[in-house]
Amino acid sequence: MNNAAFLVIAIVTLAGALAAATLPKLIHAALCLIVAFVGLAAFFFFLGAEFVGLVQLFVYVGAVAVLIVFTILLTRRDVGKPDKFNWGGIVVAVAVFGGLLWAILKTPSVAIAAAQIPPLTVKRIGEVLLTNYVWPLQCVGLLLTAALIGALVLVMEEKRR
Amino acid sequence: MTTLSILLVISAALFCIGLLAALSRRHAIFILIGIELMLAAANLNFVAFWRFGPEPQTPTGVMVAIFSIAIAAAEVAVGLALVISVYRHYRTTNVDRLNQLKG
Amino acid sequence: MTMSGDFLDQIFISAKQWLLSLLTGAPDWLMQVASSLINIAALLGVFLTLFALISVLERKILGRIQNRYGPNRVGPFGLFQPVADGIKMLIKEDIVPARADKLLHFLAPIMIAATAILTLGVIPYGRNMTPFAIDGGILFFFAVGSTTELAVFIAGWGSNNKFSMLGAMRAIAQMVSYELPLIITTLPVVMVVGALSPDAIVAAQNGYTFGIVPHWFVTTPWGATAFLLFFVSSLVESNRTPFDVPEGESEIVAGHMTEYSGFKYALFFMAEYFGMFAVSGLAVTLFLGGWQAPIAGLQFIPSYLWFFAKLGVLLFTFIWIRGTLPRSRIDQVMAFAWKFMLPMAFTCVVAAAVWHYQGRGVAGWLWSLAVVAIVYLGLSWFLDTGKKFATRTYRFAE
Repeated sequence: MNNAAFLVIAIVTLAGALAAATLPKLIHAALCLIVAFVGLAAFFFFLGAEFVGLVQLFVYVGAVAVLIVFTILLTRRDVGKPDKFNWGGIVVAVAVFGGLLWAILKTPSVAIAAAQIPPLTVKRIGEVLLTNYVWPLQCVGLLLTAALIGALVLVMEEKRR
Repeated sequence: MTTLSILLVISAALFCIGLLAALSRRHAIFILIGIELMLAAANLNFVAFWRFGPEPQTPTGVMVAIFSIAIAAAEVAVGLALVISVYRHYRTTNVDRLNQLKG
Repeated sequence: MTMSGDFLDQIFISAKQWLLSLLTGAPDWLMQVASSLINIAALLGVFLTLFALISVLERKILGRIQNRYGPNRVGPFGLFQPVADGIKMLIKEDIVPARADKLLHFLAPIMIAATAILTLGVIPYGRNMTPFAIDGGILFFFAVGSTTELAVFIAGWGSNNKFSMLGAMRAIAQMVSYELPLIITTLPVVMVVGALSPDAIVAAQNGYTFGIVPHWFVTTPWGATAFLLFFVSSLVESNRTPFDVPEGESEIVAGHMTEYSGFKYALFFMAEYFGMFAVSGLAVTLFLGGWQAPIAGLQFIPSYLWFFAKLGVLLFTFIWIRGTLPRSRIDQVMAFAWKFMLPMAFTCVVAAAVWHYQGRGVAGWLWSLAVVAIVYLGLSWFLDTGKKFATRTYRFAE
C-alpha cells in the first residue's frame, strides 16, 4: 500500500515538474507546477512532516501560484510569441543528474534503515520555533516585510512628469 | 535501495528539471518556475535527511524547510514584481531581448 | 449523561463500527480505505441533502422577505424543487465556447467542487465525529480553501471571455484581501487554545459559568469581535451579497461563470454553497463552541444536533443578509478590507493576549473589551470621511 502510494506520488510530482518545465503555454506550465507542488506536499505528509506539507500547500498553491498566474495575466501580450528552446540546457541538466545519481549511489552512509519516530506535532514545532529558532523567525519576518515593500515599490506606477 | 536514497534520486531529478527550465526557457516566468522547482527539491532533501538522519527527535531539517519556504515566497514575490516592471518598460518578458548593455 | 442520551449521541459512530465489523479479518489497509469511504459517503450524503434543502429554503425565505411565495409548485411546499432543478441542469446542453481553452474550461468546476468538499472534512460535527482528524486541521482548511482562488482564475481564463476574466479578477482580488482578516481572526483562538486541531478547539470551549453562560469564545470581547469579522470575511469568501461583485449580474453578466452551462454551472453553484457550509462550520467550531450545548441542562440532546442547529442559524443569517442588503462597489469592498477589517483583526489578537494574561476572568474580560473599544473608536474617528447624507427624495413613488 505504502510503496504503491509512494510510486504514484513520485510519478505525479516528476511528471508535473517536467510538464511545468517544457510545456509551450505558460498558463498550462503554471498549473502543472501546482501539481508538482501538491505532489511534494504529499511527500512531506508521507515523511511525517505534516506541518511542512500544509505550509507547502498554503504558500505555494495558495499564494505563489496565484501570484504567477496574475503575472501571466498582466504580461499576456507577450505570451503568444514563440519561445526559443535552448537545447544546451538539456545536456547540462542530464549531466548534473548523472553526477548526482552517481554520488547518491556511491555513498554508503545513505543506506541506513529508517527508524520509527513519533509523529511531529504542530505543538512541538511551535515550541521549537519560539525557543531555539526565535532569531531566524524574526529575521524571516523582517525579510518578508522587506520583500513586501520592495515588491510594492517595484510595481508602483511611476509618476508622469 | 533504501527509502532515503530513492527520495534523494527523486529530489535530484526535480532539481535537474528545475535547472532545465531555468537554462532552456527564455521567458522570465519560466526561469522563476525553474528556480522554485530547485528550491523545492532542496526542501525535500532537508525533510528526508531529518526523517532518516541520526537525530529525528530534533526537528532541524523541518525548521530549515519551513524557513526556506518562507524565503522562497519572498523571492517569488520580488521576482514577479521585477518581471512586471521589466514588462512595463520593454514590453517583453523574454530575457534574451533585454540586451541593451550588450556591446 | 444517561445511557440513552449516550446511545443517541454516538449512534453514527456505533453504526460505522458495526459496518467495519463486517470486514473483520480483512487486511489493515482495506479497513482504512473502508473507514475513509464510509466517512466520505456520510459527508457527501449529509451535505448534498443540506444543499438541496438550503437552496429551496433560500428561495422560500427570500420570497418571504420580498412579500411573495417563492417556489411552491413541485411537491408539498415546493420541497421537491431541487429535484426538478437538478434534472433541468443535467439535461441542459453543455456549451463550450469555440475559442476557450477546453482543458482549463473543463477542469475549473471540478477543481472548485473538489476543494469545497475537502474543506468540509476537517470540521468536528459532533462528539468523536470529525471525518478526518488531522493535527493541523485549521491550517489544512485554509490551505485547501485558498485553492478556490486558483479555480476561479482558471474558470475566468479558460472561458476566454472578457466578462469571465473581469469577474475572476474581481473575485481573486476580494478573496485574497479578505483571506487575511479571515485567517488573522482565527489566530487568537489558536493562540488561546494552543492547538491547530479543531477537536482541541471545541474541547477548550467546554464548561459553563453558573450553568448558563457557556465558555464559548464568542462570549469574550475579543471572541465576539473576531466572530463578527470572521463572519463578514466568510460572506466575501463565499461571494454572497453584499459582496457578490464578482458575479454582479447587472455589471458583468455572471462573472467567471458566464460561459458555463448545464451541469458545470450546477457544480459551481454547489461549490458556492459547500464553501458557505464549510466556512460557517468553521465559524461554529472556532467561536460558537462547536457541538457543545449552550446550557448545561441541555446536554442530553445529541451533539451533532447542536452543531447543525448553530450551522442553520448562521446559514439563515447569510440568506437574511442577502435579502436585506444591496450590492456594494468593488472599491468600497477592498478599502473596507484593508482599512478596517485588517487593523481590527490584529486588535483581536492583542485583546486575546490581554485577556489571557489578565487571568481569563472578569478583569481580563474588561481589559480586552477596553482594547477592542479603543481601537474601534480610534479607527472610526480616523476613517470618518465626514460625509453627510441628504434625506432621500422619491420622484416616482411615495
